[in-house]
Amino acid sequence: MRPKIRVDHLSFYYGDKQALFDISMEIRERQITALIGPSGCGKSTFLRCLNRMNDTIPGTRLEGRVLLDGQDVYAPGTDVVDLRRRVGMVFQRPNPFPQSIFDNVAFGPRVLGLCRGRDELEEVVERSLRDVRLWDEVKDNLKQDALSLSLGQQQRLCIARVIAVQPEVILMDEPCSALDPIVTLGIEELMKRLREQYTIVIVTHNMQQAARVSDWTGFFWLGRLVEMGPTGDVFTRPQQKLTEDYITGRAG
Amino acid sequence: MHPRRWTEFAIESLIRVLGLSSIGFVLLIFLFLLKEGLPAFLQVPPENLLGTRWYPTFDLFGTLPLILGSLLVTATAISIALPLGVATAVFVREVAPGWAREVLKPMIEVLAGIPSVVLGFFGMTVLAPLVRETLDAPTGLTAFTGGLVLAYMALPTIISVAEDALDAVPKSYRDAGLAMGATQWQTIWRVVVPAARSGILTAVMLGMGRAIGETMAVMMVTGNAARMPTTIDSLFRPVRTMTATIAAEMGEVARGSTHYHVLFGIGIILFVITFVLNLVAAGAIFKKRRRGGLR
Ligand SMILES: Nc1ncnc2c1ncn2[C@@H]1O[C@H](COP(=O)(O)OP(=O)(O)OP(=O)(O)O)[C@@H](O)[C@H]1O
Ligand SMILES: [Mg+2]
Repeated sequence: MRPKIRVDHLSFYYGDKQALFDISMEIRERQITALIGPSGCGKSTFLRCLNRMNDTIPGTRLEGRVLLDGQDVYAPGTDVVDLRRRVGMVFQRPNPFPQSIFDNVAFGPRVLGLCRGRDELEEVVERSLRDVRLWDEVKDNLKQDALSLSLGQQQRLCIARVIAVQPEVILMDEPCSALDPIVTLGIEELMKRLREQYTIVIVTHNMQQAARVSDWTGFFWLGRLVEMGPTGDVFTRPQQKLTEDYITGRAG
Repeated sequence: MHPRRWTEFAIESLIRVLGLSSIGFVLLIFLFLLKEGLPAFLQVPPENLLGTRWYPTFDLFGTLPLILGSLLVTATAISIALPLGVATAVFVREVAPGWAREVLKPMIEVLAGIPSVVLGFFGMTVLAPLVRETLDAPTGLTAFTGGLVLAYMALPTIISVAEDALDAVPKSYRDAGLAMGATQWQTIWRVVVPAARSGILTAVMLGMGRAIGETMAVMMVTGNAARMPTTIDSLFRPVRTMTATIAAEMGEVARGSTHYHVLFGIGIILFVITFVLNLVAAGAIFKKRRRGGLR
């Protein structure tokens, strides 16, 4: 099977400081890939390489290739805006815009001109909110300020906002770290459902979460990808001593 | 009592006295304004006060041309300064590279320190002739010229406060916008600027407050003819503002005369207008904050 994303010998630098070292990995379509590793090992940096969000940080440099459906996203002439539509991102802290619930979900379709007319837009908003199981909770208050929602609702809103533009890949950087355990389980359920349609890459500090939701797990250590494989294998039969120590809590 | 306690007590009392006395002074000035101004509303019949003709020598105290004059000049100033100021703030905060920002920001703040009489002088000697020649008008001392000078005066405040407001918009909003596939401009106009709305409104109100209360520069460049600015071309004709009237005539009125009281009455009107403006601004900001939107 051809991977959805293929990363080839990727190295990344913040100025003179190298944050990622020669990383190669394949990300399968319609699977959940979890990235784990201690704080500061470059998981977020790696994730942000996949949709070129690191472009917004001045003084950064990248070597290697990131192929999305076989196309190098760093090739000259790449449409970054289109790339980010295809590869959406959910952040660690829920970050809805300080606008109404409706406007939040409608943001993407509007700026990208995806909908013709108000009816179609309303349809997309409803479908997206239903997909994240938020519709029933907010359908009567779509005009309400998104910031008045609870954090868990805000995070689901952010996921709905991404889904509204029909991306192919969804990157999630510790999407549950600001949420309580119950809400976290809800989001995990959501991810498992979304997996039928989308390719998901999730960064998490929570080992159980990685084990629960993901099909593939990659273990990062000091900017290097130490081990990557099916989640069951990585957690039960890690190939590397370092991975085993980290998973069992002896390192990290 | 312990000496430490004594110094504590002394410092606390001093601060309290200073604080209360500054409130007291403001109150006294306000009372004085009322005491000198209110008689105007008793001595001059309302139809005269709200009339369209201001000829104090003939006991005609129509304040309407002055109020409209002030509003016209201020509105002109704001409609120039608002788009320009916000655009500049966006440029400085969002577009200019880091080093340019470091240079521009203090420069803009220095502009705020130019004395208004200097700006008035500049307006008189440079702007007014320019306006006269381009419009082929009889005089360059017009409401428009006043608006230009006031816009210039309000700009530094608007830019600097609006820039702070943009700066306070969390990076996470920008990231979210960009990660959605929005371009940098779409993110700025649809996410960042709306999120900074209340701060930008404050900026405009501060600028407007400065503009409507400004006297010296306005007096020097507006021509000071107390005519009703009701015709289409009023913008390019001389006009007289409330502030300029008070400043120009206060020196020559007899203390206690009707004219004297009316000038203070104009002061009260000016005060009320400014007060209402501030209230509206504060109300808008308060409402926003209660919705939990001010970040
Ligand atoms: N904007 C930046 N400028 C300079 N260095 C950075 C920047 N962002 C991250 N780094 C550095 O790059 C390295 C990797 O950071 P990154 O945020 O990717 O780690 P992480 O694995 O996501 O950590 P965490 O689990 O704490 O989120 C760290 O050493 C960090 O200090
Ligand atoms: Mg991180």
